[in-house]
Amino acid sequence: MPRIPVTSRRGLLFGAAAVSAGAALTACTSNEPKKAGTAATTAAAADDKPGTPVTIGFAGPQADHGWLNAINQNAKDRAAKYSEVTLEITEGSNDTAAQIGQIQTLINKKVDVLVILPADGKALTQVGLQAMKAGIPVINLDRVFASPQAYRCWIGGDNYGMGLNAGRYIGEQLKDKPDAKVVELAGIDNLELTRQRTQGFDDALKNYPNIKKVARQAAEFTVETGQAKMAQLLQAQKQFDALWNHDDDQGVGALRAIAQAGRDDFFMVGGAGSKSAMDAIKADNGVLKATVLYPPTMAASAIDLARALGQKKGVGGMSELEIPASITLYSAVVTKENVDEYLPTGFI
Amino acid sequence: MTQPASEAPQAPTPPAEAPPATKGGGRRPALGLHADVRNLSLLGVLAALVLVGGITQPDAFLDVSNLQLVLTQASVIGVVTVGMTFVITSGGIDLSVGAIVALASVWATTLATQEYGFTGILFTAVVVGVGCGLVNGVLIAYGGMVPFIATLAMLASARGLALYLTDGKTQIVTVNSVLDLGLPATYVLGIPPLVLVFAGVTVIGWLVLNRTTFGRRTVAVGGNAEAARLAGIDVRRQRLYLYLLSGLCCGIAAFMLIILSGSGQNTNGNLYELDAIAAAIIGGTLLSGGRGTIVGSVLGVLVFITIQNIFALNNLESAVQQIAKGAIIVAAVLVQRSTVRNGDG
Repeated sequence: MPRIPVTSRRGLLFGAAAVSAGAALTACTSNEPKKAGTAATTAAAADDKPGTPVTIGFAGPQADHGWLNAINQNAKDRAAKYSEVTLEITEGSNDTAAQIGQIQTLINKKVDVLVILPADGKALTQVGLQAMKAGIPVINLDRVFASPQAYRCWIGGDNYGMGLNAGRYIGEQLKDKPDAKVVELAGIDNLELTRQRTQGFDDALKNYPNIKKVARQAAEFTVETGQAKMAQLLQAQKQFDALWNHDDDQGVGALRAIAQAGRDDFFMVGGAGSKSAMDAIKADNGVLKATVLYPPTMAASAIDLARALGQKKGVGGMSELEIPASITLYSAVVTKENVDEYLPTGFI
Repeated sequence: MTQPASEAPQAPTPPAEAPPATKGGGRRPALGLHADVRNLSLLGVLAALVLVGGITQPDAFLDVSNLQLVLTQASVIGVVTVGMTFVITSGGIDLSVGAIVALASVWATTLATQEYGFTGILFTAVVVGVGCGLVNGVLIAYGGMVPFIATLAMLASARGLALYLTDGKTQIVTVNSVLDLGLPATYVLGIPPLVLVFAGVTVIGWLVLNRTTFGRRTVAVGGNAEAARLAGIDVRRQRLYLYLLSGLCCGIAAFMLIILSGSGQNTNGNLYELDAIAAAIIGGTLLSGGRGTIVGSVLGVLVFITIQNIFALNNLESAVQQIAKGAIIVAAVLVQRSTVRNGDG
């Protein structure tokens, strides 16, 4: 066939172009420059004196979201602070079967304490029970197992309280405004936590008869869906007074949609507490005025609890000899006034 | 629509492109007509949706800003669907489009890339897209892999690489020349730049598929690859080009998504592959290859986005939206099948 040389010459040219483009691209993968320490450097809950050596196994879901990434970082940083603590951290997975396998590996390694943030609390209950039966106490982080027998201590955020505090904050801002309208941009609708947040929000708003929630749409905790759903909400509601967005990651997209629509007739409250949201609150030059925390520092606290458990100690500041069975964290409202305090805990 | 009976290969083709390219063989003119009917039935669906939207939300729905919104929301997935239509027309499938969009958008928004400004971001997005398409194309055309498997592998690895690059973090874009393209100040005669790009890609895609040798070869390969090969078409090279084209569309879409969302995230483009395939299929492109319609695909995208828009404006739950989406896919395909059957007599 006469066309072969033509093809190969073209192929050569193309190959050369591809190689040079590839070379240019590999220079562009870095995200390093502006990074300093990301996790919070808050004081440790248990006492800092080194005790008996403890090996802590940590299993979490895949860190495909800023908040989950901050969870891993907080756990690692806190464990690194204690010379006697060894952290066995697994590759995160969202697949139930894979996570069960990883936790069983940690059980077989005979770690002293397990910290588990299950991808799905109900589905991983069995493996929690298994660990407890094997004599390894489990600290259940955030997403709760179906049975209290599957963990020694649960520590996590308060989704209902998050909605409640967001609703209260908005209510206090709008309590003197007749016929105030509020809009809600929720997270993934098939998660229980989203429903709890919405329930808390609605319950708080019931205390303010002048305020009406006029619309609610659910995004998927991603920037892309946050932008899409917010754009539709803005189109549907030509005028309202306040917006609560469940998640600061999707809030990046929501803020983008608000800028694209050129709207500034309302104020916005975020959720979870990302660094970019806190920076915006501090700068105070947009609609975002506050965010309700769902603190990723809970992972650092879980490491403290696991260490205390491994060393058979209680929690500093409490009179009991053992750590508590359950700890629910408070969802503080971060505003311009207190943002400097919370900024170090903001996740990227 | 402005769509003559041109979806099937045209009569005045050079001898090399002459083999019976469509599944229907001898019924080519009829098939061309059917493609037209398909588009018409989808236009009917769209008109019905507009009617529903106009009745339920007359103020918010029938509004210039809502038209801008719907077209903007359709633009990113629309560009991906144009590329997908070519691949499906050739009898292939590209499951990796969503992952490629994610990888390209993430790679183009790293701090290192952002230092190079507008061109750096655009260049990276497009080259990453084309690069992934190249890998797909080589594996399928010259490695003999089944498209389903090769692009499934690309889906997994591109998503993995996107996660690896971001570490799960949202990469916020600070390059103003990019961000401005999403803001009303840059609208040309009220048309957002993203919509202009979408329109441009659609027109070029239509011309290439219906008016060029490349397009006729695509249809021929999808209709009967062996016949196309015997007629002198380099089937493997054609396949390589088609996956490159799909990758290119993903790269462009990634850049558009960066403009739209002002960020890059590894979760970007989630399930784009399914949306793009669904839009192409309800548009009238044959999943088995040999027939494709760009106009139908774009109408398919618009139908889906309009449904979302109407549901959101009426403040309905996402669960209801998904049920309706499924029902409309089934309804659209059933309507098309019955029209085709009636046409066949």
